[in-house]
Amino acid sequence: MSASAIIMMCVGFGITWGGAALCLRIALGARG
Amino acid sequence: MTQREQWGSRLGFILAAVGSAIGLGNIWRFPYMAYENGGGAFLIPYLFAMLTAGIPFMILEFTLGHRFRGSAPKALASIGRRWEWLGWIQVMVATTIAVYYVAVVGWTISYTGFALSGAWGEDPKAFFFGEFLGLTSGALELGSLRPTILGAVALAWAVTWLACVSGVRAGIERAGKVLMPVLFLLVLVFTLRVVWLDGAAQGVNWLFTPDFSRLTDYRVWVAAYGQIFFTLSVGFAIMIAYSSYLPARSDINNNAFMTVFINCGFSMLAGVMIFSVLGYMAARQGVPLSEVAGGGVGLAFVTIPTAINLMPMPVFFGTLFFLSLTMAGMSSHISIVEACISAFMDKFGWSRKTTATSLCLAGFVISSVFCLGGGLYVLDIVDHFANNLGILGVALAEIFLLSWLCRLEVVREHANSVSEFAVGAWWTICLRYLSVGILALLVVLNLYGDLTAPYGGYGSTELLAYGWTVIAACVLLGLALRATSGRPGFAVKHDASLRGES
Repeated sequence: MSASAIIMMCVGFGITWGGAALCLRIALGARG
Repeated sequence: MTQREQWGSRLGFILAAVGSAIGLGNIWRFPYMAYENGGGAFLIPYLFAMLTAGIPFMILEFTLGHRFRGSAPKALASIGRRWEWLGWIQVMVATTIAVYYVAVVGWTISYTGFALSGAWGEDPKAFFFGEFLGLTSGALELGSLRPTILGAVALAWAVTWLACVSGVRAGIERAGKVLMPVLFLLVLVFTLRVVWLDGAAQGVNWLFTPDFSRLTDYRVWVAAYGQIFFTLSVGFAIMIAYSSYLPARSDINNNAFMTVFINCGFSMLAGVMIFSVLGYMAARQGVPLSEVAGGGVGLAFVTIPTAINLMPMPVFFGTLFFLSLTMAGMSSHISIVEACISAFMDKFGWSRKTTATSLCLAGFVISSVFCLGGGLYVLDIVDHFANNLGILGVALAEIFLLSWLCRLEVVREHANSVSEFAVGAWWTICLRYLSVGILALLVVLNLYGDLTAPYGGYGSTELLAYGWTVIAACVLLGLALRATSGRPGFAVKHDASLRGES
């Protein structure tokens, strides 16, 4: 795979699943 | 007055909302759309649209349901009785989608069975259009009923009925808690296996290699916003109904962010899965990817079965793939039907059992049209009009109403007051200007396209009979239901603060 394709794939997965993980962390943090 | 049903847990609500958003489109629409619109570069407008339109719209719908504790007609009637019609048109659009969407779910159920025996044989195209659908020569020749499809559609309606009639907690929430984890597991297993096949990496490379020159084409941005509006189940009554079952002390903003992120993340995963298969198929057949790449019904029922024939363990892969489609389709169908059920229960005070049973039975009867030999044509036309004019039209009307005729700040204050984190003024700006502008552009472009060139090469009689008439029926039935008197107490508490009158 080309470097640019790998970078874009990481951007896509990073923002979506990274965002979901961050939200989950906030939710768990709020619950204490 | 009886207490409104509530979700049993936050996880249950999120899984149900994610289950509604994740549907067949995530698997067969997003990957090809990304590939066609600049590959990896498409992710830039797509993710931008997700942040500036998808998340703000989701927060708006969650807030409406949570604040007014009612389905779309009730929520909109609570803002002002004169807006109830919009909620009913949304429900009618949802009903239209429910009756044809279930036909596709019926196909995926049938194909799950076919995968076990490899029933599509060496020529999946001939099998799908000929033996399975019994496709007639045109949309005006409806042909005869296909018993296999009718049986599968009846099964899909029965599952939806069972989930809806059992109630929010015991039915819909439980279905989400089973369907979503199983769907993710199936797609993950399938993807982790297919990425190691010869040519799969090349397929994924094709999907994600960016062509940044495409970013200057406004159509790519329009396609990205369109995909976001379609994929999230927003704008046609579903998310308002689902969030109306939230307890008073519930987060809104974080739940909306999570739902959207998971939905779009799933689309990425589906993209890797589909393009791994296409890359493998192209490599095995020695043809360029452009020859095998595609989307929609052709991808799912012709291209993928052809690829599965070439794979090791075709029974395993075939069953996994079509079971995934069935799970994704079922969870979405349950949510669409629930949006309609909750609206009728709110307005007329009917019991859940009566409403769910009547709607599912009526829905099944109407769905049988799509089980005829010419059903695919009818489905194609109805789908085109329901999506491109129906959903986008009512979504535009809802955002315009809330952001230009009401005080959107009140909605934001409500969401922030119960959420784990607050959204700033960007939320208002995104909805008031960006979402309204882009949706208006989409509606105008689609309307212009449909008025100047007949969709899909169909004749004007077919388009009039199955397209324009269905849209007109949605509007007229919506207005009729608005005019019908409901149970006493329906939306009597008008929210003057939202209209800027307090």
